[in-house]
Amino acid sequence: MTAKSQTLKFENKPRIIAGMSVVGRKEGDGPLGKYFDEIDDDPKMGKGSFEKGESAMFATAVAGAAKKAGLRPFDFDALFAGDLLNQLISSNYAARELPVSYFGLYSACSTMTEALSLGAAMINAGYYRTAACVTGSHFAAAERQYRYPLEYGCQRPPYAQWTVTGAGCSVLSIKGDGPYISSATIGRVADYGVTDANNMGAAMAPAAFETLLAVLDDTGLSIEDFDAVFTGDLGRLGARILRDLSAERGVCLGQKYSDCGEMIFSREQNCYSGGSGAGCSACVLNSFILDKMRKREYNKVLLMATGALMSPTTSFQGESIPAISHGIILEND
Amino acid sequence: MTDKIAKRNKTYIEYVEKVSPSTNATHSLIKAFAIGGATCVIGEILRNLLALAPSIDDKAAAVYSSVILVTAAIIMTGTGVYDNIARHGGAGSFLPIRGFANAMSSAAMEFRSEGLITGTAVKMFNVVGPVIVNGIVWSAASGTIVWLVSVIASL
Repeated sequence: MTAKSQTLKFENKPRIIAGMSVVGRKEGDGPLGKYFDEIDDDPKMGKGSFEKGESAMFATAVAGAAKKAGLRPFDFDALFAGDLLNQLISSNYAARELPVSYFGLYSACSTMTEALSLGAAMINAGYYRTAACVTGSHFAAAERQYRYPLEYGCQRPPYAQWTVTGAGCSVLSIKGDGPYISSATIGRVADYGVTDANNMGAAMAPAAFETLLAVLDDTGLSIEDFDAVFTGDLGRLGARILRDLSAERGVCLGQKYSDCGEMIFSREQNCYSGGSGAGCSACVLNSFILDKMRKREYNKVLLMATGALMSPTTSFQGESIPAISHGIILEND
Repeated sequence: MTDKIAKRNKTYIEYVEKVSPSTNATHSLIKAFAIGGATCVIGEILRNLLALAPSIDDKAAAVYSSVILVTAAIIMTGTGVYDNIARHGGAGSFLPIRGFANAMSSAAMEFRSEGLITGTAVKMFNVVGPVIVNGIVWSAASGTIVWLVSVIASL
C-alpha cells in the first residue's frame, strides 16, 4: 500500500442541482417509498422486454432530472451513465436518444459515485458547465444475465441480495442551488478472496472499508464530522462486516452509518440481506439523501457506493470476487 | 507480500463464514418434506384414480399421473406460482419430477424475448442441460457395465 492520496478535492463546488429517482413497485412499497419521484408498476415500462424497460427508466430519470433543474436534456454538456448489463446496453440505448457527449461507465454497483466523481471533476476543471449522472439496475434483467430464469424455483441463502429495479439521475452544475461535492475518493480494487457469488456483501465490505480509511486519511475528517455515512449496497451482512472491520481499526461507525441496500427494503419484503444493484445507491441518493440535505437535516454526508466486479464466467472458473468502492462527500454551504 | 495477503484473506473468509447467517436446517427439512410429500400423495391419488378406469392398466396410470404433475408444474410456472412454492419447498419441490418441468419451462419463457429459435430453443436447456447430459452419460455407463457383466457371465 502506498501513502498516495486517493482523494480529489473540488474547490469550485460542483453542485447537485436536481435529482430524479424512478423505481419499481417493490421498491415503492419499501420503507423509502414516499421519497421516490416515480414508481412504475410495470417492470417492462410498457416496452417489449426487461432490458428495454430498464433503458426506459434511464430515459425517464434523465428527462425528469432535467425538468427539475429547469433544463432540457439537450442542455447537458455530457452524460455519465452506467448499468449492470453486458455492454452497458441500458445506458447506451438511453444515450442514443440524447444528443450530448456520453461516457459509458462500468463499476458494477458503485457506478453512481464513479459517475459523480468524474462529472464533478470535469465540471470543477471547467470543461463542462452541466452534466447528468445516471445509473440504474433492473431485478429481472440482472437475474437473467447473472443467475437463473425468473420463474425458476430455486432457493437462495439468507445472505443473498435482491437487485433493485430503479434508476437515479443527478444533475451536476457549476451554478445553481443544492449540495456540492467537496471531494471524491477514488477506490482501489479490493479482493479478500470471497468466491461465493451470493455473498456480495462479504465481497464488497473490504472495498468499502479501504475507501472509508482512505477518505478519513486523505481529508483528515473523522466519522463525527459527518451527519451521515452511507454505503451503496452492502446489505445487512455486509454492513455488519464493515462495522466490524472498522471497529478493529478503531473507527466506530455507530448510529451515523446506514446502508442504502438495507434501507430500501423492509425485512418483511423477503429480500434476504437487502437490496443491491447500480440503481440502489442512485435511487437512495436522488431521493432520500438529497431530500434530507435540502431540508438541512444533513449538512455533510459521505456516500460510498460499493460494487462487486464479478462475472458469471469468472465465478464458474473459481475466481474470487474483486470489489470496489468510490466515496464522495456532499456538503451544504 | 503475497503471503500476507493470503493470510489476511484466510482470516477474513473464516470470519465471514462465522458471521454469515445460514438457513435453519430443521425448518427447511420440514417444509421440504411437507411439499415434496404432498406432491407424492397427489401423484399417488391420481394414479389410483386413473387405474379405476377400465381402459387404463397400472403402468399407464403411473405414466398419466406423471404427465399430469408435469403439466401442472408448467402451468404453475407460467402463472408465476411455482417459484413461490419452490422458495419454501427447496429440494422437496424439485426432486419429484416437477423441478425438471419448471426449469425447462421457466428458461423457455424467459428467453422468448430473444426469439423462438435464437432465444427459447437455444436457452431452453440452459438449466436442465447438465441433468440431460448426466442422464445420458450415466445410463450409457451403467448399460455398458450390465453388458460387460453379461458377457463375462456367459463365458
